[in-house]
This record gives sequence, structure tokens and C-alpha cells, in this order.
Amino acid sequence: MYPELNNLLNTSPEGAEQGKLTLLCDAKTDGSFLVHHFLSFYLKANCKVCFVALVQSFSHYNIVGQKLGVSLTAARERGQLVVLEGLRSAVDVFFRPREQLHPLQFLREASAGDLQLLYAFVRDALEPVDGGEASWRCPVLLVDDLSVLLSMGAGPVAVLDFVHYCRATVCREWKGNIVALVHDSGDAEDEESDVLLNGLSHQSHLILRAEGLATGFCKDVHGQLRILWRRPLQPTAHRDRSLTYQYKIQDKSVSFFAKGMSPAVL
Amino acid sequence: MAAAGTCGTGTRSTGSVVAAASTNNVTSFQRRGPRASGADSGCSRLVSIAGTRPSVRNGQLLVSTGLPALDQLLGGGLAVGTVLLIEEDKYNIYSPLLFKYFLAEGIVSGHALLVASAKEDPADILQKLPAPLIDDSYKKECDEDVCSHKTESDIKMKIAWRYQLLPKMEAGPVSSSRFGHYYDISKRIPQELIETSKWHGFFLPEKISSTFNAEPCSLTSGYMKLLQFIQNIIYEEGFDGSNPQKKQKNILRIGIQNLGSPLWGDDICCTENCDTSHSLTKFLYILRGLLRSSLSACIITMPTHLIQNKAVIARVTNLSDTVVGLESFIGSEKETNPLYKDYHGLIHIRQIPRLNNLIYDISDVKDLAFKLKKKLFTIERLHLPPDLSDTVSRSSKQDLAESAKLLGPGCGMTAGGKTHLDF
Repeated sequence: MYPELNNLLNTSPEGAEQGKLTLLCDAKTDGSFLVHHFLSFYLKANCKVCFVALVQSFSHYNIVGQKLGVSLTAARERGQLVVLEGLRSAVDVFFRPREQLHPLQFLREASAGDLQLLYAFVRDALEPVDGGEASWRCPVLLVDDLSVLLSMGAGPVAVLDFVHYCRATVCREWKGNIVALVHDSGDAEDEESDVLLNGLSHQSHLILRAEGLATGFCKDVHGQLRILWRRPLQPTAHRDRSLTYQYKIQDKSVSFFAKGMSPAVL
Repeated sequence: MAAAGTCGTGTRSTGSVVAAASTNNVTSFQRRGPRASGADSGCSRLVSIAGTRPSVRNGQLLVSTGLPALDQLLGGGLAVGTVLLIEEDKYNIYSPLLFKYFLAEGIVSGHALLVASAKEDPADILQKLPAPLIDDSYKKECDEDVCSHKTESDIKMKIAWRYQLLPKMEAGPVSSSRFGHYYDISKRIPQELIETSKWHGFFLPEKISSTFNAEPCSLTSGYMKLLQFIQNIIYEEGFDGSNPQKKQKNILRIGIQNLGSPLWGDDICCTENCDTSHSLTKFLYILRGLLRSSLSACIITMPTHLIQNKAVIARVTNLSDTVVGLESFIGSEKETNPLYKDYHGLIHIRQIPRLNNLIYDISDVKDLAFKLKKKLFTIERLHLPPDLSDTVSRSSKQDLAESAKLLGPGCGMTAGGKTHLDF
């Protein structure tokens, strides 16, 4: 986790909020650094995490996690972390079909399937078990990322349904959190992606939007981060709070600074 | 230093996704640290595979793309287990060259090849690969080009002084390196090299002529067959370490030509709203899954300029690791632009993956152009970005468009001209 981002968001591993949906969004840049932040944040906050890792292999997240101070293999061994490795599982589902149904079973179907099995997997992974073992703070679902589900054949409505079910169970019932990354296709006119992004934006409590700079590539400033706090399902009496910062990604951390205040330019 | 953690680790868990015990993954993404949980005792030494080298940044195993200049731009080479997507140029003249360089590099390094095409028989493709250059013959050609420009290189640059300070872009073969070779396009690869190499071909018209499948597939049948073929080869030849009989310590280079074109049975290039719109993206996802768990690297050329639906291009880009786009000047108004008159097209590095790291090696220079000479395909810079460092005084003159000509001595290739605009 990046200490500077914790300061900006006004959170810390000890006092993490519960029952929230955080939406990570990236446009014209790569927002995966935010996924690494939240993964290490919630592991340090002693929460039970279910990580649906669809984009990269487990060892990639593990190695980056080690740079940020958490060991994913250790967390997996002690039962704090449950990982669904999308790439590896897709090969299993496709080439070695078996009787039991797999969370990514919809890959084999010709028409757009639903994500019920994926939801069942998440539910089984995060179900609070009573008695005996170490109790974790709260369950957290982390998805990297939801746009890949669209590429894998699920329709945007199916993905929205999946998130809705997860919210009902994880956020409402078990007072946990959900963090999901979605790509904003920008001017690529991806209707499905827009439907998904708009639908999720209205449901989330916190939106972190990583954008590339409008002026193009810069070596010292990698992008801009917009933070938006929302209160869904409540009449917006006053405006939602929003902040904008620019960031630079370094080897083991990400530094944030106000717009135009990059140390390289000052 | 880390190479692939692959020395015959056999047990790959195909069981539940919640793998509690630590399994030995046969991916090249695993960094070799001190092995705590008593893994294979046979791998205590570092096993290095010919034609690969670990990346300087994160120990990731890299293979050469066949073009050392492109290797430099991609941060050292192509990572094993990743996909290199080449967005074809408009008339598909230059992208087959990159494809052939990749395969030729595989033959010269002794890697296994898997060539898939719907248009050309793989055996014919292999016959047309360029011949590798040995150092002496390359130097001779280099001298012929440069001797006429020798006088220019002695003149100190007055305006574009920053270009003089730059190190020369690697244009000649370094005789001691065995990573990245140079090729002569005008000659064909010697027959003996092809015969001694191990290659597998997938020619779609041959494979598709068999039975008509009644089961509705989620992929078009061409992609389905190709995936099964690739998976078969990877398993049979032991590139993923799961075959107990075969322990392979070699890289499999996969080359797929014109993926997405109508010849593969996909109508993504024909209509905007096609029924099989998910076929290509699913194929790419599963292909990447296969690559990540085996010692292989893949090059795909795709006619993205034909794809009608921009959303698909965005998704395909997100699903690939490295994306390089070629834009040739033929038939466009850029052909007559004096800025580009020495070059044949632009090359855009659209995406480079961040592997095992938050950051990645990205070059500062975004303006790159390529040129196809009689024997070589070269990539050069067009401009330098503005210098933001403190030592630059405000009154120094900026380089302008004609600075392309002033690149001559810097790269050792282009003709030197000294006209420039003065403020």
C-alpha cells in the first residue's frame, strides 16, 4: 500500500471502513497500481480477501506484493487470501472439462452466459466461518478486472448482476468491502464497457479514476488520479467531494502531488 | 540472477483453484530466490536456455524479437510467456518482415517453432526466412554505406548538439552477444538450418477440412483448432513441464499470421456488429493462459486497420502484453511530407507490459520511424523530446523538423544533411 494514498483517502489499515464498494477506473493508462495498493492494504488490515485475478498470473501479484510489504503466498497458506487465477483456470476449463462446474464455466458457452458460478465461488470463499479459527476483520472481494469478463463473453448486464449479488452478500450482509477495476474505453465507443462503467459508478461509494495526462506521455508525471467520494442511495444534499492529484509510479511506491507540483518541474 | 524456474518441475496442480500447498509453477515469471520449501534438488544450478537472457530490471526471462533495435525499445526483449501483437500496416508489406525476423531468430537460437497461418503454408513461410548475417559480412556492408558520409560525421553539430552527445543506436552486430542477431533480407535462410530446426506448422485449410462439428463452440472453429493444436504441442513436447516423460528446456516460439482476418473464419473485419465478436478476445485470453504456464513466446500479426469495431481493438490491446503498430506511408499524404522522405513508415510502441513490477522500461522517444533498406530493416528516432533538465538554458535553439537529417552521424545510417531552420 502506498502511504501517500492512504493519507489522501484518509484511511489506514487499522481503521478501514466497512460495507463499501470502491470502483477503480482507468482511462488511457494502466490502473493496475491501484489494485496492488488495495490488495496489500486489506491484507495488512487483517481482512479476509478473495482475489479474482483475471489479468496476470499469481506470481506477478506476489512479487509486486513483496515490494509493498505483503507476502501473498504466506497469506494464502494461512487462509487469509483466496485467489482465483483466471489465466490458469481458463486453460483448465477449456481443455480439461470435468464434472464439477468451474467458476469460469461460461467460457465454454457459445452464448453470453451468466456469472452465477463465479458468484458461488466468491460466496463460498468469503463466508464467515464460526468458531475455532482466527477471525478476520471483514471479508473483501477484489476483482482485477471486470472488463476482462466482457472480453470473455459475459454481457454487461451479467457482470452488473454479479456485482449486485456480491454487494448484497459481501457488503450488506457480511459488512465487507468490494474493490473492482474497470477500464474506461474513452473514445473507443465500447457500449458494453460504458454500460458497465456507468452502472457501477452509480453504485459505488468511492471512485478512483486514473487518467493519462491530456498532453501525452511524460517521464516524470505518469498520470492523474481523481478521487470521488459518493453517497449512493442518498439524496445528494451537498456535492460529492472530489480531489485531483498527479502521480508518479516508482519501484516500490507511488508518489502523489498536487497538479503541476511535480518535483521534476519545480 | 533469475532465469526460468523450469528445470523439469513436473507437478503442476490441475486440481482446485484454491491451492493451499505451494506448488511449483512452471512459469518464467517466478523469480529464483532461495528455495525454502525443498524443491527439485536437480535445479540447484542455474539452467540457462540458449537464446534467452534475464531482464536487467526484474529477472524476467527474455527472448529476442530478431530485431535488436526493437529489443531495445521493448526493454531488452520479449518476455517469455507473453504475446507480442503487431498491428499490421495497411498493405501488409512490413509486418510479415517482423514476423519472419522472429521466426528466423528462433531457428538461429535453436528454439522450437510453431507457425500458424490461414493464407500460406508454414513450410513456404519457413523457406522465405532471411539469412543470418555473420559479423564480417555485415561490417563490409556497413562500411560501404558509411564511407560516403564519413566527412559529415567529423563536422561538429552546431544546432543539434544534443544528438551528438547521444550514444549511437545499436546498428551493428556485437560479435560477442548471442542474444539478437542480424539478418539479410535479400538472402534466404540456408536449407540446413531449417532442416535441423524443430518446427510445427498449422495450415488452416488442411485442418479445417475434416468433420463438421455439431457442438456449438464458443469460438470459431479455426481458433478452436488452433488452440487445441498449440495446447497439444505444448503438452506433448513438454514446454509446460507437466509431461512426465519429456522435460523440455527450450523455448517454443509461436507465430500466428493475420489473426482476425476473414481467412480464419472470423467476420470481425467484415462487419461492425458480428456474431462472433467474442471469439477473438476469448482466443487471446486462453492463448495467454497457455503461454503464461509454459516456456513460450508468441508473435501475432493482426490487420487491426480492417477491424470495423473500435471497441474490439481496444479489448484486443488490453488482452495482449506488448503491442507494436506499424504505419506505412504508402498511399497516405505523409508520403510526400519532406519530414518523412527518408523513411517508409512509423512504428508505434503502443503498449509494454509491467511484469513483476510496478514500473516498466519505457523509452523516452516516442517518435520512431522505420526504413526498409536493401538488406536491413532499421528503426530510428525522428525527434528528441524537449530537454527539461536544469542545465538547458532558455536561449538554446530548439530542433525542428529538419533535425531528422541531423541524425546521420548519430545513427550511422542515414544521409547527413545540414539544412535547418534558424530562429
